[in-house]
Amino acid sequence: MSRQVLRLTVNGKEREALVEVRRTLADFLREDLDLTGTHIGCEHGVCGACTVLLGGLAVRSCLMLAVQAAGADITTIEGLEHDGELHPLQEAFRDSHSFQCGFCTPGFVMTALALLGEGRELTEAELREELSGNICRCTGYQSIVEGVQLAAQRLAAPQAEGSVAQ
Amino acid sequence: MKPPPFEYHAAASVEEAVGLLAEHGDEAKVLAGGQSLVPLLALRLARPAHLIDINGVGDLGSVANGSGLTLGALVRHRVAERSEVVRRANPLFADALGLIGHVAIRNRGTVGGSVAHADPAAELPTVLVALDGEVEVRSGRGTRRVAARDLFEGFLTTSLAADELLTAVRCPAWAAGTGWSYQEFSRRSGDFAVAGTAVTLRVEGGTIAEARIALSGVSATPVRATEAEKALAGQRPSADAWAAAAAAAAAGVDPPSDVHGTAAYRRHLVGSLVRRALAEASTRAGGGS
Repeated sequence: MSRQVLRLTVNGKEREALVEVRRTLADFLREDLDLTGTHIGCEHGVCGACTVLLGGLAVRSCLMLAVQAAGADITTIEGLEHDGELHPLQEAFRDSHSFQCGFCTPGFVMTALALLGEGRELTEAELREELSGNICRCTGYQSIVEGVQLAAQRLAAPQAEGSVAQ
Repeated sequence: MKPPPFEYHAAASVEEAVGLLAEHGDEAKVLAGGQSLVPLLALRLARPAHLIDINGVGDLGSVANGSGLTLGALVRHRVAERSEVVRRANPLFADALGLIGHVAIRNRGTVGGSVAHADPAAELPTVLVALDGEVEVRSGRGTRRVAARDLFEGFLTTSLAADELLTAVRCPAWAAGTGWSYQEFSRRSGDFAVAGTAVTLRVEGGTIAEARIALSGVSATPVRATEAEKALAGQRPSADAWAAAAAAAAAGVDPPSDVHGTAAYRRHLVGSLVRRALAEASTRAGGGS
């Protein structure tokens, strides 16, 4: 059985573990670090539920080996909330009813987080294209698109948050 | 849905990767972006005894435009897609990059990986075939270049030997005034194309000097629609010329039937996509649609 020592940063914390080289990053996060917010849907890169940030870029954690993340800076859904305060994107998802069963939600949030981090202004068509790598079987996507748009508005004009939230 | 066991080697240089391939070639797979290989491992369609990870190889990530566009094998799709150098050097290549999978796939997927994987429905192999591009290949025996027409041998199969590493992808210099279009159809955004086409068109003095048409998803490798190309040479750009070329392209393929589409459906798609691509390429070449 081939194992390696893996050192990396996850949600700002240095982590070290002995992992089997065939362990995917998704399984490593869930099984070894107990960060079960990263969901595993299809396990072959189709559904997007396992999306995490690798150095700020959205990637499928089921399509990377954990050992390939050596030295990397990973952000998972657990890294968004601080001291009980939800991230504005999470608040916008809640306010827009951007989920029903919630299985796909961590993947959508991480995909949208990377997108908002780029600071580009997007048309709705462009936003839908950017989100098209994530599959949701409940919402019909409309409320997810609205949630990301609401977050983008709030982040662009934080003073207007109260009125937008109405 | 978990990869089978393998030995993992992280190569730090091309020499080291090539050395590992010389030692393990028949039982090894090269791991670049992993966006095709890791699913094959998870589904256990691939069971290599050794994985040679080239992500740590430093000198495979360059983008250069000299006498043609050269991309190191490890250039990520998303990086190339957003590169002004790529866009200026070869707008067909740039457009094709944006059609690969989804953003999260393109953040990891590599130019060399897409070509080496040799999926006949994939965009970059089709562009290379359309443009008569080539790849640079290294092994312990030296460096050689392989033309796209000699590279793709069959479904997910290239002519590269087991000890060879694809190190760069090249396209010939882009002739000024060349129009281009990449058209494909898939059931869902980001899925592999049921069929697609990469087209370039050069118009001189009001007539078509050169038309290049490559088709994806209709054969075991990307193929050129040579009859359609010949039919266009010397013609004036017109809707009738596009329709005739599209009909010739459709008649010239013998596509497979599968769950994504019947042979007749794919042939119909080829006709529609080629016609659409020629009209767009002609507009971009200044020949009207």
